[in-house]
Amino acid sequence: MIKGYIEINKDICKGCELCIEACPQGSLRLSTHINTRGYRYVELVEQNCTGCTNCALVCPDVAITVFREQKPKKAV
Amino acid sequence: MSTDVLTQELQQGFDCVYEKPDTLTDTRFHYCPGCGHGVAHRILMETIQELGIAEQTVGVAPVGCSVFAYHYMNIDMQEAAHGRACAVATGVKRVLPDRYVFTYQGDGDLAAIGTAETIHAVNRGENILIVFINNAIYGMTGGQMAPTTLAKMVTSTTPYGRETDWIGFPLKMTDLVAHLPGAYYVTRQAVHTPNAVRKAKKAIRNAFEYQKLNKGTCFVEIVSNCPSGWKMNPSDSNKWLEENMLPFYPLGDLKVPEKA
Repeated sequence: MIKGYIEINKDICKGCELCIEACPQGSLRLSTHINTRGYRYVELVEQNCTGCTNCALVCPDVAITVFREQKPKKAV
Repeated sequence: MSTDVLTQELQQGFDCVYEKPDTLTDTRFHYCPGCGHGVAHRILMETIQELGIAEQTVGVAPVGCSVFAYHYMNIDMQEAAHGRACAVATGVKRVLPDRYVFTYQGDGDLAAIGTAETIHAVNRGENILIVFINNAIYGMTGGQMAPTTLAKMVTSTTPYGRETDWIGFPLKMTDLVAHLPGAYYVTRQAVHTPNAVRKAKKAIRNAFEYQKLNKGTCFVEIVSNCPSGWKMNPSDSNKWLEENMLPFYPLGDLKVPEKA
């Protein structure tokens, strides 16, 4: 399985939880901490992220950056 | 935190596959949590970045929740009086015909006070893109009834639901403009699921590409949610949108250019 990870800008996340619903792997959850604006932000807890970008697509605040493992180069 | 350590370890051998486009400024959106405006802003700006037309694009901001669109979009923007975005865009496009011009309007702006401007701009076949965010409510002023409010829908000015026998029926603006000969591409999309977002982005991309052809107005309606105005949390509002808005405002292309 392709591995990936995401970075969430916790200062602009508003904790709307849409990414949690969109994540097919269930890797996201609401943090128990709050950010500078008083919102509970979302964090990546599981390490089964595949970098599918679903969370970033539905994020209304453009808080998510997605990284995905490079494909192994085919032997020539 | 374990995730931070993990992140640093994984940096090598990974590609960035999704990040904030440069055409959005670093300003934090003022929208309510879960609002569809943020997604609509992002797909519009991503498209402009992917097409490489940021320097040749002029946007016209409306009045409503998205009145500060010019703070977020890192391109040339012009604010218009309430409902007059299409008229302003007409002027911009006629003075600068080589630029891509779009308006970004909500349903209170486009379908209520700006109906005349919108219909006449489309009827003249102005070569502009009109992005219409339909959330069936006046979000900014406190959730009052809009022309697009569904029948029986509760808003702050229709506390017993919209009674169509004396308040009237919801206005399908997109269907209305699809009949006009000046309209070249008319479509209705939504942004409530990842797939819907992908389709909406594709529609906006098509609209910008059609604008090159100078054939007429492109009109993209985006059915969106309003968690604060509907008094729901963001995920419930998306479910409500799917169950109530989409049967009345079905997604899809209403008018597509005939293939030559």
